[in-house]
Amino acid sequence: MSDRELLPGERLPHYVNEAPFDPQSVEKLTSQQERYYQAAEWRIVWWRFRRHRVAVWSGAFLVAMYLAMVICEFLAPYDLHSRNIQHIYAPPQTLHLFHEGEFVGPFVYGYDHKLNMETLSRVYTANPDKVQPLRFFCRSDRYEFWNLFSSDLHLFCPAEGGTAFLFGTDRLGRDMLSRIIYGARISLTLAFIATIISFVLGIVIGGVAGYYGGFIDALTLRTIEILKSFPELPLFMTLSALLPVTWSPIGVFVGISVIIGLLEWTGLARAVRAKFLSLREEDFTTAAQLMGASPARIIGRHLLPSFTSHLIASLTVSIPAAILGETALSFLGIGLRPPITSWGVVLNEAQNFSVVAVYPWLLLPIIPLFLVVLAFNFLGDGLRDAADPYN
Amino acid sequence: MLSYFVRRILVMIPTLLVISLVVFFIIQLPPGDYLETMISELRAQGENVDPARIEFLRQQYGLDRPMIEQYWLWLFGLLHGDLGYSFEFELPVADVIGNRFWFTAILAVSTTLFTYVIAFPIGIYSAVKQYSVGDYAATFFGYFGLAMPNFLFAIILMYYLNNWFGLSIGGLMDPQYIDAPWSAGKVLSVINHLWLPMLIIGTAGTAAMIRRLRANMLDELQKQYVVTARAKGLSPMKTILKYPLRMSLNHVIADIGQILPAMVSGSALVSIVMDLPTNGPLLLRSLQSQDMYLAGAFLMFEAVLVVIGVFISDVLLAMLDPRIRMGGGATK
Repeated sequence: MSDRELLPGERLPHYVNEAPFDPQSVEKLTSQQERYYQAAEWRIVWWRFRRHRVAVWSGAFLVAMYLAMVICEFLAPYDLHSRNIQHIYAPPQTLHLFHEGEFVGPFVYGYDHKLNMETLSRVYTANPDKVQPLRFFCRSDRYEFWNLFSSDLHLFCPAEGGTAFLFGTDRLGRDMLSRIIYGARISLTLAFIATIISFVLGIVIGGVAGYYGGFIDALTLRTIEILKSFPELPLFMTLSALLPVTWSPIGVFVGISVIIGLLEWTGLARAVRAKFLSLREEDFTTAAQLMGASPARIIGRHLLPSFTSHLIASLTVSIPAAILGETALSFLGIGLRPPITSWGVVLNEAQNFSVVAVYPWLLLPIIPLFLVVLAFNFLGDGLRDAADPYN
Repeated sequence: MLSYFVRRILVMIPTLLVISLVVFFIIQLPPGDYLETMISELRAQGENVDPARIEFLRQQYGLDRPMIEQYWLWLFGLLHGDLGYSFEFELPVADVIGNRFWFTAILAVSTTLFTYVIAFPIGIYSAVKQYSVGDYAATFFGYFGLAMPNFLFAIILMYYLNNWFGLSIGGLMDPQYIDAPWSAGKVLSVINHLWLPMLIIGTAGTAAMIRRLRANMLDELQKQYVVTARAKGLSPMKTILKYPLRMSLNHVIADIGQILPAMVSGSALVSIVMDLPTNGPLLLRSLQSQDMYLAGAFLMFEAVLVVIGVFISDVLLAMLDPRIRMGGGATK
C-alpha cells in the first residue's frame, strides 16, 4: 500500500483474509462436545436427570399414578360406596391361575362364611368348589365418569354372582382395593393443590423479601421463625378442627388444602430469598433496573427464570409433606370427611389397634402411600442433582 | 459470649409474645365464647343453668371485656401458671394436664438425644466409607425413614411385635404405676416403655440427620486441608474427628431447631396411636370438643418447647463458632 497521507474521512486500508472463517480453527470440537455446548439449558438438565436411574423410574411411576388417578372409576372393580353385607371384614382373596392342575386364568375361590360363636367374629374360608374367574373389560357397578357421562365399564370385575376382594373388605363390606384406588385421586390432588398454594406464597413472599432486603426481609424472617416455632401437626390439627362442622365435604377439602398450603410455604420462601439476595447483585439485575423495569418485571422475568429448575426440584420435594399431612389429619378424623375418600380417610378405620390386630389388611393403604412418598423423594433428589447443569 | 447470651434472650421475648398472640387468636376463632356454648349445650340437655355460676366464670375469665383486655388477662394468667379453664372437664387446665407436659418434654428431649446418638456414628461412617455396603444400608434406612409416616410405622410395629413376640405395647408405664407416687420401679417401668416410642418417633429425624451429616462430611472430606492433614501423616481417625467433623458440626447443631418441632409433632400423633400420656391424645380430644383453652395451652407449651430448643442450639452454635458470637451471621 502507498504511504500517502489519508484524506479526511477516508478509511484505513487493512488486510482481509479471503478464506472462509472457521471458528474452530484454534481448538477442534468433537461432534459430541459441539452437541453439548450448543444444547439449551433444559436439554442438559434432561441429560443429567436421565443418568439418575431411580429418579427416572420414580418419575415414570408417578406419571402412571397420576394417569391412573384420572381414570380411577374404570380401574376400580367396585364403586367407592358399594357395600357387600355378605362380606364384612373379609380377608384378601388370593389370586390363582391353576385350578386342580388346569389353567383357568386369573380367578379367586369364593368365600364361605360362618359366625364363630365363641369370639363372635366372622370366619371366612375359601371354598375350592367356587371357582370365580375374573372378567376383563366387563360391565359391573355403574358410575358417573367425572360427571360427564355414565358408564359401567371396568378394567376387571368379579365373576357373575361372585366376589373379587383382592385387598379384603372393611367394616361396611366395601372393597379395599377400590377404596385405595379412589383414595389416590383425593390424596394426590389435595397435595398438589396445597403445594401450588404454598409455592405461590413462597415465591412471592421470599421474592419480595430477598429483592427489597432491609426491613421487609427482617420482618419476613421473623414471621417464618415464629411460624416454624409451632410444631407442624398440632397446628394443622388445631386449624383443621376449627373448620365449621356445617361445611360440605368439598368445602372441607378446599379448607384443608388451604391450611396446609398456608403453613408450608416457609421453607421455599427461605430458599427463594437466599437466592434473590445474591442474584439482585448481579449485573443483569442492575441493567434491568437502569432500563426502568418495574420490580415485578425484574423478579418475574429476570430473577425467577434463572433458577426455575431449582424451584421445580423443591416443588417435588414438598408434595410428599402435604400428602403425609393430609393423611395424618384424615387418619385422626379431623381432616377430610366421607364421602370424600383419601388414603387417610381409608386408614381412619385402622385407627384402633385392636381392629388392626384382627383385620391387618386395613393397613394396606400404607403401601401406595409409602411408594408415592418414596417416589417423590427419589424424583426430587434426581431433579435437584440435575437442576444446576453448569456446576 | 455473655453479651450474645443476653441479646439472644432479649430476642426471645418478642418472639414468645407474638406466639402467644397467635395462640390467643386461634383460641378465639370459633364463633361465640365458651360460656355461650356451654349454656346452649346444658339447655339442650334440659338442665338448669345456674346464672350465678355463669356470671362468676364470666368475670373470672373476663369474657365480658374487650378482646385486648382478655388477651392481657390470659397472658397474665399464663405467666402465673394459670392456663385458663377447661370447659369440658370443668377443671382448671393445669389440673387436667397434670404430668402431661413433663412426659411430652421427656419424650421429645430423649428422642432428640437418641437421634443424635444413632445418627452421628452412622452418618460419619457412611461418609467415610462411601458406597460401601454399610453406606447403602444407611441410605436405604434414610429413604425408609423419610417415606414412612411415623404414626403408621407405630401401628405396623405394634402389630408385628404383638404377633411375633406377644408383646402388648402402649402406654408409658405399667398400669399399676399410673397413679402411684414416683419410685425406682416406676422410673424403670417408664424407661422400659419409652424405647419403642423413641425409636418410632426418632426414625424420620434420624434418617434425615444421617443424610445431611453424610452430605456435609462428603463436602468437607474433599477439601484440601484434609489432604494436607493426611499427607502430614495424621492417623485416619484423628484426621476425621479433628477437622472435617468439626466443620460439619455447625449444621448438625443448627438442626436442633428443625428436629425438635418434628419430634414434638411426631410424638403428638404417635402418642395418640400408642396411647401415651403426653399432649397428643388430650390435644386431639380438646380439639374435637372445641375446648379451646386446653388446646391453646398445649399449642403454647409446644411452641415454647421449640423456642427453648432453638435457643439452646443457638447458644451451642455461638460457643462452637466464634463468627456467630462476634456478631456476624453464620456462614452456611
